[in-house]
Formats: sequence, structure tokens, C-alpha cells
Amino acid sequence: MASMTSYESNINQVNESAFDRFFMMGNTAFLLVITVIVLLPLVFVVAASFSSAEAVIAGRVILWPVDFSLLGYETIFEHSKVWNGFANSLFYTFFGTIFNVTMTIIAAYPLSRQDLVGRRVIIIAFIFTMLFSGGLIPTYLVVRDLGMLNTRWAMILPTGIGPFNLLIAITFFRTTIPPELHEAARIDGASDFRIFRSIILPLARPIIAVLALFYAVNTHWNTYFQALIYLKDQELFPLQLVLREILIQNSIDASMLIDIEDLKAREGLRELLRYSLIVVASVPVMLLYPFVQKHFVKGMTLGSVK
Amino acid sequence: MSLYKITRERRSQLWLRIRRNWQLYVLLALPLLWLLVFRYAPMYGAQIAFRQYMPAIGIEGSPWVGLANFERFFNSPKFAPVIINTVVLSFYSLIVFPIPIILALSLNQVRSRLFRSSVQMITYAPHFISTVVIVGMLYQFLHPRVGFTATLANMLGQSPPNWMGNPGAFRHIFVWSNVWQDMGFNAIIYLAVLTTIDPALHEAAVVDGANRLQRIRYIDLPGLLPVAMVLLVLSTGRVLEIAFEKVYLMQSPLNLGVSEVINTYVYKVGLLSPILDFSYSTAIGLLKGIVGLLLLIAVNHAARRLTENSVW
Repeated sequence: MASMTSYESNINQVNESAFDRFFMMGNTAFLLVITVIVLLPLVFVVAASFSSAEAVIAGRVILWPVDFSLLGYETIFEHSKVWNGFANSLFYTFFGTIFNVTMTIIAAYPLSRQDLVGRRVIIIAFIFTMLFSGGLIPTYLVVRDLGMLNTRWAMILPTGIGPFNLLIAITFFRTTIPPELHEAARIDGASDFRIFRSIILPLARPIIAVLALFYAVNTHWNTYFQALIYLKDQELFPLQLVLREILIQNSIDASMLIDIEDLKAREGLRELLRYSLIVVASVPVMLLYPFVQKHFVKGMTLGSVK
Repeated sequence: MSLYKITRERRSQLWLRIRRNWQLYVLLALPLLWLLVFRYAPMYGAQIAFRQYMPAIGIEGSPWVGLANFERFFNSPKFAPVIINTVVLSFYSLIVFPIPIILALSLNQVRSRLFRSSVQMITYAPHFISTVVIVGMLYQFLHPRVGFTATLANMLGQSPPNWMGNPGAFRHIFVWSNVWQDMGFNAIIYLAVLTTIDPALHEAAVVDGANRLQRIRYIDLPGLLPVAMVLLVLSTGRVLEIAFEKVYLMQSPLNLGVSEVINTYVYKVGLLSPILDFSYSTAIGLLKGIVGLLLLIAVNHAARRLTENSVW
């Protein structure tokens, strides 16, 4: 990659035609426009969240906080429902991801072994679930019959293994661990358990990071569907379901706005609150993201190119 | 050696291989149990689509009704709009697939590392925002009174648009907010593929006097095509599934005429209506599987016709 870039720039320094220079200018402009389009809504939301309720409702906020205020954030921090949802989401994400990653790794390693009898059939059995599923109600019935409705288990156990993630992990083991390694370990008298524990797991660290990230973000933190069907008890609701009530269904309970008499100010705070909530809900993942970005890219490429 | 002996020998060898690896099967046991319980048991349970499910008796005891549940859906006034909405929204979501490719091709031309990685970092940040928050942002951003578009319209002396309340805008908002959220992330794969293209091709093209646009057109683009087609066909298989969370959040009584898709209807019939109808809902869900498969075949066929690349 790096070698190609430097090599390319060498050519281009030699003979850069007028057309190419013009083209590169257009290209840069295009990318700038795209970047601005992506940034604009984000900047708007952040700016509004730090503005005063009056400025928000008067529509005076564009790209910069107007009448800087932290009222929206203060109101959220006093709201127990949001915090409860936050704590629940952390719980589901933490334990759910541990469960997902463990299951995926212990399935992927045997299935990456060429000498495992029946591995093709089992892999196909997993891939088939990508194309066809029993559907919403039959799955719901299974969860119900296991007595998991309205329990924390329903948020964790049904997620299990994502077939796409399983394929990434299998590919990882197959491409990074040479078969000779198994032979050598076998000759030294190591059992498969021993090989798995002492050789495979330490080598699997990068793929564990990628899987943990995929599951934590895509399967747990950012979804609400499971909670919507399986949970009834408000106490168990993850953050996304609480957000849905406030952001989409418009139900902000009056206790949050109790101190405010004036109807207009109330309306203003209601809007302001939404902006602050959007920021608060997205910050944890966004904070994580620069650190794990490289792994994410690696995972995506591993799963798709190879 | 007789055939009998050979097969017996083979069989004992097979058995040896299985026994030698017994610990691997122990590792696999739990994942397989999970697969059976949470993925294959529901497939078995999907037979209630052909029965009249009665909760008191259970799946096996409920009487068979043949295709009655399917017929009921075919004859329902909901049938045509729900199917049409699903297919239109899916196709619309699929035809924007070249956008990440264009972004990747464009990024690939950038020589400044800093600029390139900044653009990449910014464009794929929105991927990490949850669906609920994205839809919440849409409501705020496009709010007819206090939203960004309203403020902008007021500044320009126009009357503020009410896009979220306009059924005609539903599909556009749905698809283009997806593009906004995921184009950067989807470009990652294409960028990775571009790095695998042989630099000698570019060198030769430069010697022949090809400009950058021509090199993109005749070297980079053909290099991306196989992967693009595979991804397109794969995402066709998933497009009916993914849509649920976002469509359901974007639904309002105003836009139900265009926003009611199979998945949201299945959910409402099965788990939200006053009289829960598990069998009917399951039947519609199964039908979705068939629509999905047809869509997959259609897209795969189109991909092969147009580019000579396809998954099968």
C-alpha cells in the first residue's frame, strides 16, 4: 500500500497533465462537499445541545451554540430513566458480548480445522440461517417457552453467533494458523484443548478484538428490536428503548419539566433535551471509535476480501 | 481387495479421525446446541403458518389448515400495498450501492495522507450512531419549526418544509439518510480492494498517456466490479431484514401508506394487535422469505447480465 502510493506520486510528478491537475482539483472539491454534508447534521445537533432552550425553539441555532447553556444536559443527568437505561445497556452489552465472542471463537476454531469431519455441513448449517429464518413469531415462541420473556436472558442468549462474524473468525484462523502448527503440537503430545488454550487463544487476540467490537456495537448497544419484543418491564429497558420513547414517541414525562411553569419554556426544554440526549447516547461509542478504528477496518476487510 | 473391504477400511479411518478430534467436537457442542435451539427450533415452529395455532394446545396439537393463512393474506386489502412498499423500498435501497464505490475511487486518488484519513474518519463516524438516534436526528434536523432545514428556509425567505410529515418524502429520507450514515463505512472494503490492484497496470497506462479519469474507468473500476457484485447480491439477501428497525421508527399515521412493509406488518399482526394471530403473522413472515429469495435471484441475474459477475 505505502509503496504503491509513493510510486504513484513519482509517476505523477514526472508527467502531470493539465487534465489531471484539473481532475484532482475537482476530486478534492468533491470530497470536501461530501465531508461537509456528513458533518453538518452532527455539528448542528451538538451546537443545539449546548444552546439555550429559547434559541433552539426560535430556530436561531445553525452551526454554533447560541446563548451557551448546559440546561439540556443537567436535565438529563437528573432523569433516572435515562440512567437506568444506560446501566442496562452497559449490562447487556458487556455480558452479551462476552457470550457472543466466546461462542463464536469456540465454534470457529474447530470449523477452521481442515481435518474436522463434518465441518462443511456445520458451516452450511450456520450460513443457511443468513438466508432463511423461522421468523419473528416462531422465535418469540421459543424464547417464551424457555421462560425467558421479560428477563435479562432474552437480551443475551438469542443473539448467540452471527454467521457473518463466524465466517470472519474461521477465515482468520485458517489464514493465520498454519496446519503444521497443529501437527507439531500434536507430536509434542498436546491435546486439542491444550492447543486451543495455549496456542490458539493467544494468537486470536486481534480477531477477538474485532468480534467484540462488532457484537458490542451492532448486536447490543445500538439495537432496540430484541428489547421491543421480549421486554415489558420498564426497569429492564436498554437505553435505545428509552431513547425511542423520548426522541420518537414524544413522551417526556412531566416530572422532568416540573419546575417550569411557562408553556413555551417547557416546549423549548423539550426540544433542547432531545439534542442533549442524542449527544449523550452517541458519545460512548464515538469515544471508543478512534481506538478501535483500525481493528474495525481490519475486520471488514478480512470478512469480505478473502 | 473387495469393495466391501475398502468401504469398511474407509469407515474405520473416518471413525479414527473423528475420535482423534473428539475434543474439537466438545468445543463445538455448545455452539451447535445454541444453533439448534435458537435458529432451527424456530424453523420447525414455522409450521404454525399451516395450522391454526392455539396457545392452550401448543404447536403440534393445533389443527392443520393448509394454505388458509396465506389465502387470507392474498385476499386482504393490505396485501398489495405491503408487498409493493417492501419491494420498492428494497430496490431503492439497492440502487444507491455505487455511491460508496465512487467515494472509494475518489479517496484513492488523494495523495495527501492527512486529507485522505481525515475524510475517511469523518465519513464513517455516522456508522456508529444507533438507528434510534439517527431517526431522532432526522426528526430534529427536519423539524418543520425548529429544525435546521426550517431555519435555513426562513433565512432564505421560504416557507419551511415539513418533510417528516410528507408521505411522498418517506422513501427518499429513508434511503438517503442510510447513504449519509453508511457510505463511508461501506467504502472501506472497496478501498482495501483498490490496494490489491497491480501498480504495473497503472504504470503501463501512464506510459500510454492515459489520464487519471481513464485509469479509474479502465483499471480501478473493473478491479472493483467482482467484489461490488458479490456485495450487492449479499446485501439483497439482507435488505428485507435490516429495514425493520428504521422503518418502524419512521412510521407515522401520515406515511403508513408507503411505509408499511412486510416486517412491520408481521410485527403488528403478531405481537401488537388486540387479537394476537401467531399463525397469520408467521405465514406472512414466510412469504417474506420467498419475496427475499426472488429479489436475490433477480439481482443476481441482473448482475450477471450487466457485468458477467455473480454469486452463482
